[in-house]
Order: sequence, then structure tokens, then C-alpha cells
Amino acid sequence: MADLQSQNYIRVSATTLTPPATRANVEEVAKLIDVSRCIGCKACQSACMEWNDLRPEMEEFQGSYDNPHDLNPGVWTLMRFTEYENTSGDLEWLIRKDGCMHCEDPGCLKACPSPGAIVQYANGIVDFVSDACIGCGYCIKGCPFNIPRVSDKDHKSYKCTLCSDRVGVGLEPACVKSCPTGAIMFGTKNDMKDWAGERIEELKERGFENAGLYDPAEVGGTHVMYVLHHADKPSLYAGLPDRPRISPIVGLWKGLMKPVALLALAFAGIGSLVHAIVAGPEEVDEEDEAAARQEIERVERERGATS
Amino acid sequence: MSNRPKDAITRYKTVSRLNHWLTALCFVLLTLSGLAMFHPYFFFLSFLFGGGQWMRAIHPWIGVTLMASFTGLFIQFWHHNLWARHDTEWVKNVDKLLVGKEDEMPEVGVNNAGQKGVFWGMTILVPVLLLSGLIAWEYYFGHATSIPVQRIALLIHSTAAIGAILIWMVHVYAALWIKGSMRAMWRGWVTPGWAWKHHRKWFRELVETRSNGPDPNPKPGNRA
Repeated sequence: MADLQSQNYIRVSATTLTPPATRANVEEVAKLIDVSRCIGCKACQSACMEWNDLRPEMEEFQGSYDNPHDLNPGVWTLMRFTEYENTSGDLEWLIRKDGCMHCEDPGCLKACPSPGAIVQYANGIVDFVSDACIGCGYCIKGCPFNIPRVSDKDHKSYKCTLCSDRVGVGLEPACVKSCPTGAIMFGTKNDMKDWAGERIEELKERGFENAGLYDPAEVGGTHVMYVLHHADKPSLYAGLPDRPRISPIVGLWKGLMKPVALLALAFAGIGSLVHAIVAGPEEVDEEDEAAARQEIERVERERGATS
Repeated sequence: MSNRPKDAITRYKTVSRLNHWLTALCFVLLTLSGLAMFHPYFFFLSFLFGGGQWMRAIHPWIGVTLMASFTGLFIQFWHHNLWARHDTEWVKNVDKLLVGKEDEMPEVGVNNAGQKGVFWGMTILVPVLLLSGLIAWEYYFGHATSIPVQRIALLIHSTAAIGAILIWMVHVYAALWIKGSMRAMWRGWVTPGWAWKHHRKWFRELVETRSNGPDPNPKPGNRA
């Protein structure tokens, strides 16, 4: 969704200006995915395609319940299935709904070079504005969760919008609406944390000692959170990062590097200017031409004398 | 070449000049589009390329062209840029150059140590830029390497690019500062006085072998 909500931006990619800041007291929202309640029915995947009018290409079977096998420009959310044998030798089927985590400090937005192509609304949702997207794929490098995908057809980057268009008019995201078990909840971030707290207590009572909320602080928290039975090992869930953070390489490239480079270029430019003004141009004068002629004559004379 | 003086010395052959200016064009376009993608201050430059999408699409192709073009320069000029002992001596005296006392410095061959530095700097940086740029080229190589590798490639790419731009700035300033250099690269020739003043060792080599440039004649013969 493009400019309809432009006064709601709190972060805008590749800009040095302050985004509109008039609106206050917008409550942060969050989607809570309770992995322990998920039955892997993929209704959320279908609802996402339905609402967003996505029709990804049919794929071949890859030997896994993951279908399609990965996120792509037309697949913004994906059930990822993991068969995990726990410490008492029992099989646990861990099913995680993968997609954009809507980081409070979004790596994609930090990496994006195009002004306004990635925005964050006051409610925390991170959105891609396709108008301004140039298709460079820097968001992919910036993302700690490996989420954005650039289309080969239109060279735009795509990911879950958290149904910002629905949320903007007071509806819940399509995946939330479709979930038959209530594994996907949506509301204010505070409410979702409270809800998760109750759920985690239940899980602990059922013997999942390490149950907990996945709301990683390294990216400032996320606006998509998981309740995990094994919150001590998020990577069990199809490689959910244990400690996701914006890569320090990206931090250097998008942080220190920019002012240092500008200073170096400015220094070279100003230095040249000062030198040009103080020392002036280096010109060849008649004396040099005379000296050159004498040298040629001298060499020719010597040649004449020896031959 | 109508106003080329009779005693003018050829400094750059036509093929070298064409090759140089193709490289220069590529470099300038890459700098403009690269800076636009590097810092939001410069993003307005994307309009020169028809917008961000076209800029993103064309930048790597210009890069490939630069590599090919620079290879041509390398083949023509590498032997003029081998480091010699007098180059080290020249570098030690570079402060004299900056205040216009070139006479007090060691005599210079076809290229001075600064020019050799530009040459070797670019010889290192251009391939580094090409390689790191290929890794970051989303459309063709987005899946060829892992994301952590691509992050490193982009950091290297931008660092190398800033280095190359700084070298280029020195190169351009020197060409504007030393009068006669621009004519040498546009028209191909310099006056004997210019060669005497700035590249005396090269001048002597040409005179000794009765060559009017750019290279000394292998055997002494008639001045062509």
C-alpha cells in the first residue's frame, strides 16, 4: 500500500529527513503465532494468496511437507515442517509459519538504497512500496530472517505486508482470520504478549519447561512473535535464528562507511580546489620549449660527430 | 590534427585515446549510479539513468564494459608502469611537485610514480569491483552465493569503489593541473617542452632514438 498512510510512517528507507511525526499514541500491533497450536493445515497460506491475489507457479514435489519449498515473490508465508526427536526419544512435529517478522529495527529498511521503498508505520508494520523499489536485492542482505524475495519478472521485492491494507481499516490479517485452531492471533503488541504469557504458563504446566515467547530483542523486538515450546532453541524450528540481528557487515556498510566515505570524497575535492587556488596550474613556458630544442640539437650534433 | 605543430610528440595513439575515453565514460557512469545506490544524498542522480530501476539494471553492464575496456588499457600500458628505483625517489620528493618545483625531482620516464600508482591502484580495484559486483548482481547471481557472502561482497564493493573514486579524483585533478595533459589525451600530442618539463627521461629516450613517440624506436633511424 503506497501513499494512503504516508503520515503514519515512522521509518523510511534511504532518507536523512524525519518522517511525518504528528500522529501520536498509535498502538503497536503484533501477530502472535502459537506454534504449539498449529496443525499445519496451510489455511493461512491459502488465505494469504487469496487476499493478496497471489498465484505462485506450481512446483514439483521436493520430498517435504513444505509446499512450495521456499518463500518466493508470490509466497509471502510458508509452513515449514521439522521432525524433531526430543530428549525422551519422542517425535515432535514442529510446524512454523514462516514470513516477515516485522522487526522493530528492520534490517531490510536499513539496507535499502531507494528513498521510501521500505517504510515502517507507527503501528510497527514494515511495508515495501513497490513504486520506489529498484530491485537491487539489498533488503535480502539486510534481513536477518532471509525473507524478502525479488521477482525476476518485475524486479520488485516482495514479502508479507502483515495485511497492512486490512489492518489500516480495522481488520485482522487474512492468515489470522483463516486459522481454524486459533494458533494465529492479532492485536496490540501488549495484548499479544499478555496472551502469550498465559499460553506459556499452560505449556509449562504440560511439561514444556522451556516454553517461551520469541520476540528477539536484538532487532528491537518483532511485530510477529512466536510461542515456542522450545524457546531455548529457536533454531529447532526450521532454522529460526537463535539470536537474529542485523549483520555487523551490513551495519558497517550502512553505518560508519557512509559518513567516512563522504568525508574522504569531500576532503579530496576540497584539497584539489585549495591546491588549484594556492599553487595554480603547472604550465609549460617558452623556456621549457627552448630547453627541449637545445637538447634535440645537442643530441643531433653528437650523432653527427660520431657518425 | 590541423594545428598539430611539426615538432609535436605523440603521447597517446588514437586507439589508446579511444580506449581511455571509453573507460572514462564507464567509470563516470558507474560512479554516478554507484554513489546514488550508496548514499541517499546522491539518489537524485538515478534520474540521469531513467530512474532507479534502469540505474540498477544498467550499472552492472557498464561494470562489465569497464572491465573489458580497462583490460585494453592494461595491455597497452602495463610496461610503462613497472616500478623503478627512481620512482621511489620521486615519491619521497613529491612535496616539491605540489609546490611547482618539479625541476628538483628525479627525471621521469613515460609515466611518473603518481601515474603508476593510479595505474596499479585501478588494476587492483577494477577486478575487485567486478568480482564483488558480480556476487551482488541480484538478477543473475542472486542465488549463486550465500547471503553472508553477498553482504561481504557489498562491503568490499563499496569500499573498493570509494577507493577507486579517490584515485580517479587525483587522476582528474592532476590532468587539469598539469596543463597540456588534457590535450595529450584528447588530441594525442604534446610539445617537446611539455615532455622536457614533465617526462624528461622519456623525452631523452625519444630524442636518442629519433622517435616522435609514444615509444622509443627500437633501432635508431630517421625521425618519422
